[in-house]
Amino acid sequence: MADVALQQITKHFRNVTALREVSFEVRDGEFFVLLGPTGAGKTTSLRIIAGLEKQDSGSVTFDGESVDARSPAERDIAFVFQQYSLYPTMSVYDNLAFPLRSPLRKTPEAEIKTRVTAVAEILRISHLLERKTARLSGGEMQRVSIGRAIVRKPRIFLMDEPLSNLDAKLRESLRIELEHIQKTQHATTLYVTHDQVEALTLADRIAVLRQGRVIQLGAPQDIYDRPATVFVAQLVGTPRINLLPAMRTNGVLQIEQSPLQIPAGSTALPAKFTLGIRPEDVQVTADGAFGGEIALIEPLGVETILYIKSGSQTLLSLASGMVQQRIGESVRFSIVRERLHYFDGDGARVV
Amino acid sequence: MATIELRQVEKKFGEVYAVQPVDLTIQDGEFVVLLGPSGCGKTTTLRMISGLEAVTTGQILIDGRDVTWKHPSDRDIAFVFQFFALYPHMTVRQNISFTLEAQKVPRAEIEQRVHETAKLLQIEHLLRLRPRALSGGDRQRVTLARALVRRPAAFLMDEPLGALDADFRAIMRAEIKRLHLAQHATTVYVTHDQIEAMAMSDRIVVMSNAVVQQVGTPAQVYYDPANLFVARFIGSPGMNLIPGQYVEGIVHLPGDNHYLVPDGWRGRLAQQLRSDDVIVGFRPEAAQIAPGGALHTTVYADALHGAYTMLHLALDGSTATHTMAHVRADRDVDYDIGTPVNFDLNPEMVRFFDPKTELAIL
Repeated sequence: MADVALQQITKHFRNVTALREVSFEVRDGEFFVLLGPTGAGKTTSLRIIAGLEKQDSGSVTFDGESVDARSPAERDIAFVFQQYSLYPTMSVYDNLAFPLRSPLRKTPEAEIKTRVTAVAEILRISHLLERKTARLSGGEMQRVSIGRAIVRKPRIFLMDEPLSNLDAKLRESLRIELEHIQKTQHATTLYVTHDQVEALTLADRIAVLRQGRVIQLGAPQDIYDRPATVFVAQLVGTPRINLLPAMRTNGVLQIEQSPLQIPAGSTALPAKFTLGIRPEDVQVTADGAFGGEIALIEPLGVETILYIKSGSQTLLSLASGMVQQRIGESVRFSIVRERLHYFDGDGARVV
Repeated sequence: MATIELRQVEKKFGEVYAVQPVDLTIQDGEFVVLLGPSGCGKTTTLRMISGLEAVTTGQILIDGRDVTWKHPSDRDIAFVFQFFALYPHMTVRQNISFTLEAQKVPRAEIEQRVHETAKLLQIEHLLRLRPRALSGGDRQRVTLARALVRRPAAFLMDEPLGALDADFRAIMRAEIKRLHLAQHATTVYVTHDQIEAMAMSDRIVVMSNAVVQQVGTPAQVYYDPANLFVARFIGSPGMNLIPGQYVEGIVHLPGDNHYLVPDGWRGRLAQQLRSDDVIVGFRPEAAQIAPGGALHTTVYADALHGAYTMLHLALDGSTATHTMAHVRADRDVDYDIGTPVNFDLNPEMVRFFDPKTELAIL
């Protein structure tokens, strides 16, 4: 395995700038996720690393060595796409063996057998080895695609939304599998997704991309607990973070169009700012400092989303299990003050 | 407003059942969700209620009136689809008002109803615009407004949020529920998304393979699923379902684990199980991690979800046959793969299923 670095990569397509001076480093053995909406530059980054696309400026290095002059084949990477690109008339075994049989590698058949068997076990597809891939389910096909990438022992795995074509239950089980495989095989992996759950659950580190720029880079816990901008705060977490326009006046933080007031802490805030509160940090409790009215209740089973109206603002609160409250009821609630987020007029985090 | 009653309604295409006989009464003002994976028969059921699809046998009654063979337009219902079927050359106002104009409703009343509906949906500022100038969410609001303005006896909605991104779906989900609470119009809503079903409905009709699996409140389908399908389909992840053998008050589970069955269940298990085989079911939040916990596992993967961590625990070591339990833990919990973890189960949240019949033990 290898560490992979992008240094000041810029890429234009005609007059659209896809990437602007993007730099990051995927460390050896790391699971690194590029997270962002459509058009953020995630896939372009991946294709530049693979050598499928040529950057306008900047450099890509593997283990400190520039690979800019190397063809995709010479870079020794494995790509897993959203669409499974398997050979439908071949068996699962032959699909897995295919990259090892390439004229470039010429692996002995005995070694191929050992490696295919081992990979099939890891992905729990041993019982499918004789089957033609056309007869597999979507989840099984994607396991084989991942297997075909692993079997080669490449320097880095590039995965472009590999789970997005699967239904919710399959996505969940394959996500668990991917995490387990990556953590036990220590494969350097660069994984692209627009799904914040995949990013939080899989990544060692996340780079949030927006409009061709890296907005924030950090561990999942950092991204969730200390979002650098309003955009990042909204991108991660379900239900989404409460964002409330607020003013600083006479030692209190006054939420606009609401009676909500929070004592100002030591944070130096501009006169007007946006207050961010995660729904799990708003808790309905009899001795809560704040009052409101329940506008809506969404029971999800494991937890319940309460919409609490205070003036003309509505706060989302997350409670465990099912709740006793009813719509229209007045409630008291507390806010976890140590976990408040402040953003200035440009949407940047105020530290 | 209206009650909707299905009496032994079935649909066959040739010899194949699209919907096996259904009996269902939807109360006046109720919000009922038809939930299931694609191909389960939920949309066909909705289309039979609307009259867009003829029943093979059975009866459909709206407010006690047999409408089984009535034309869709004679059923006093409004249909909201996934796709934004708006007229591009008309303004938002015209899109909302044209069905009323076609019905020759007096002009002043049309004005008033369009105004009220637009206010309810918070799209008053968009009335002069054409659909192409609107965002996806606003277009769907206009689609809803067009259905609402007719004041039908019932609404039928077929995955109306399916085309929206996750964020907007959550916002519109809350808006549709808010509208329902304001109007209390009988609503039948089709979705494959169990979160939507749980969040919005008074009752959920869970369907699979053309068969109604369970009808119940969100709490009922979540805590007391009628069978293994419902147990898996509801929840994210679904209910943990661990196979074992029941012998004299103890379930023997994979990895040399044992679960001591609470007294109240023993008689029922002895009576209802067809063999020793049993499946122990519990939701991820029913497990409490404790050093001295009765169930022994090792960490297979652990996943931070922001507000909490989901631990994926293997009950037996071998990865080939492993049986996994998904357990919800505090957000600060962070284990390496392979770490031994023990947990206890909250006995009130444990359920049992017979693997032969796939039904819950009651």
